[in-house]
Amino acid sequence: MQSAIAVRQLTKKYDEGSAGTFALRGIDLDAYAGEVLMLVGPSGSGKTTLLSIMGCILTATSGSVRLAGTEVVGLSEKRLPPLRLAHVGFVFQGFNLFPTLTAGENVELMLDLKGIAATNARKRSHELMEQVGLGQKYDSFPADLSGGQKQRVAIARALAGEPQIILADEPTAALDSHTGRTVMEMMSDLAHRRGRAVVIVTHDSRVLGFADRIVRIEDGVIAATEEPQVVAPALLQMNQFQPATGLA
Amino acid sequence: MPPLAQRNLFHDKVRLTVTLTGIVFSVVLIVVQLGLFLGFTTATSNLIDHSGADLWVTSKNVPYVEQGVPFSERKLNQVRAVPGIADAQKIITRWTQWKRHDGGQESVQIVGINVDDQLERPWNLVEGRVEDLKSPDAVILDELYKQKLGVTRIGEVFEIGGYRARVVGFTRGIRSFTTSPYVFTSFKNAQDYTNLREDQAMFILVKVTPGANLQHVRRDLMDHVKDVDVYTSAQFSRMTTFYWMFTTGAGVAVLIAAALGLVVGFVVVAQTIYATTMDHIREYGTLKAMGAPNSYVYKVIMKQAAISAVIGYALGMIVSLFVVQGSQKGGAAILMPPSMAMGMFFLTLAMCVGAALVSINKVTHIDPAMVFKG
Repeated sequence: MQSAIAVRQLTKKYDEGSAGTFALRGIDLDAYAGEVLMLVGPSGSGKTTLLSIMGCILTATSGSVRLAGTEVVGLSEKRLPPLRLAHVGFVFQGFNLFPTLTAGENVELMLDLKGIAATNARKRSHELMEQVGLGQKYDSFPADLSGGQKQRVAIARALAGEPQIILADEPTAALDSHTGRTVMEMMSDLAHRRGRAVVIVTHDSRVLGFADRIVRIEDGVIAATEEPQVVAPALLQMNQFQPATGLA
Repeated sequence: MPPLAQRNLFHDKVRLTVTLTGIVFSVVLIVVQLGLFLGFTTATSNLIDHSGADLWVTSKNVPYVEQGVPFSERKLNQVRAVPGIADAQKIITRWTQWKRHDGGQESVQIVGINVDDQLERPWNLVEGRVEDLKSPDAVILDELYKQKLGVTRIGEVFEIGGYRARVVGFTRGIRSFTTSPYVFTSFKNAQDYTNLREDQAMFILVKVTPGANLQHVRRDLMDHVKDVDVYTSAQFSRMTTFYWMFTTGAGVAVLIAAALGLVVGFVVVAQTIYATTMDHIREYGTLKAMGAPNSYVYKVIMKQAAISAVIGYALGMIVSLFVVQGSQKGGAAILMPPSMAMGMFFLTLAMCVGAALVSINKVTHIDPAMVFKG
């Protein structure tokens, strides 16, 4: 299986005076198309740093990151945005929608970045909003949407760029159980039915049941890699987001 | 492009009002000051620019038209003897005292001309005729100065320099830069009013023959007529304007005020656009995280600056038009030709876009990783 993102011996060091701090050390990891990969671990373990480097938002200190076959470590800052635009869709914990644009216009913005003409962008945007079940909310502003609806708009926006890779940072943290489940079902659908590589950073144990693979990061290194079926049954029983039968 | 720039700009109406107020203030201040400067420069050289002459013959070292020195009128014949001269007339411009009916005195500038000739005739007459200056004691003045000189109608009689003066006409728009109005009269009357001898003149105005080389004629005049300077009208006009506007410092003062207006506008717009940018900094970080190049983000900010400039300019020009109109009846006219109005648009745009550079610098250095901080 070919990696959508291949990470080898990745190190990230923040220089603080003469000492410096290693946020990541010697990470080897692959994210595959059609898979939901979850990065878990305590706060400050380096999960979000790893996600940022995989998404070409942060640069690595050393190692290799191949994004859709392109080596990104060592590229100048100027060359990273086009790579992000072409290959990566982001879903954020805080949704990060533009409050002065309607839900539909938020999706159109991504299409505008891709150079899609306005008329086509509007049409495509409507399609995407329908796909996430929010066609009737096209002209609503984010302030008038619930948390779950905002996250679904964010997913539609992330998909607008037709990326092979979806990177999500704590997508359910601000959501209630029911809404979080809906969002996770969508993320799972992106991977299993639409063939995207979905990487999710999460603290939320309720979502673990949706993972195909769980990578535990502690103190900047991979502590363990787990399949959900080997995770303690007790943990799964706590999982209120167990995927409904037939959706995985 | 989705209307992100416009929506962000109009989202905070209070801040938008502050921005527009700053731009309007700046536009009005610059227009008024530049308009005053233009009005002043026009007023300083009015007599020269409307003289109809190609060349001015003056006594040696006369720096501007109000500083004429009397010379013998025999020089007129010497001037006329030079080849290439179509017409030459002697004139007088000199200060003297006008006595009002209430006994008060006002300083005026007498302009004495040959009424039968076309050079240095009063222009824009609204009452009376230039030919009426042929009558004894006849004078024409501008309606702007009626109240100052105590004049109410044609036919009134006053005293100038101890001699009788009868008002036969009014012009409109002939402003003097100094507080002393121009009073047009015949050459003979002017000699009396200004206490000059019969054989004296102050300037000789020259019209060259069509096709003659102006500089050649000028050099010939300087060679053949002793103890005079000869300037083209444009040259003498510039000298006079330069004296009043820069040597006295009057012009520098209004230009400084105009520059201050620009600085104020720049600072206000820079501050408000920067504040708006900071309010939306997370959005710009998100844009960059999504893969937007810096140029895309710059476009959003520049669009906000440009929209502010257009609206602020329009409002500022409306206010300016009222101010300009209102000044026409006053002592100092504010002029706003179409070229200045057009120039103001581009200056306003440049001011706002320049002010936005402060915000551009900020968003250039946004770390897109900020979007992961909750």
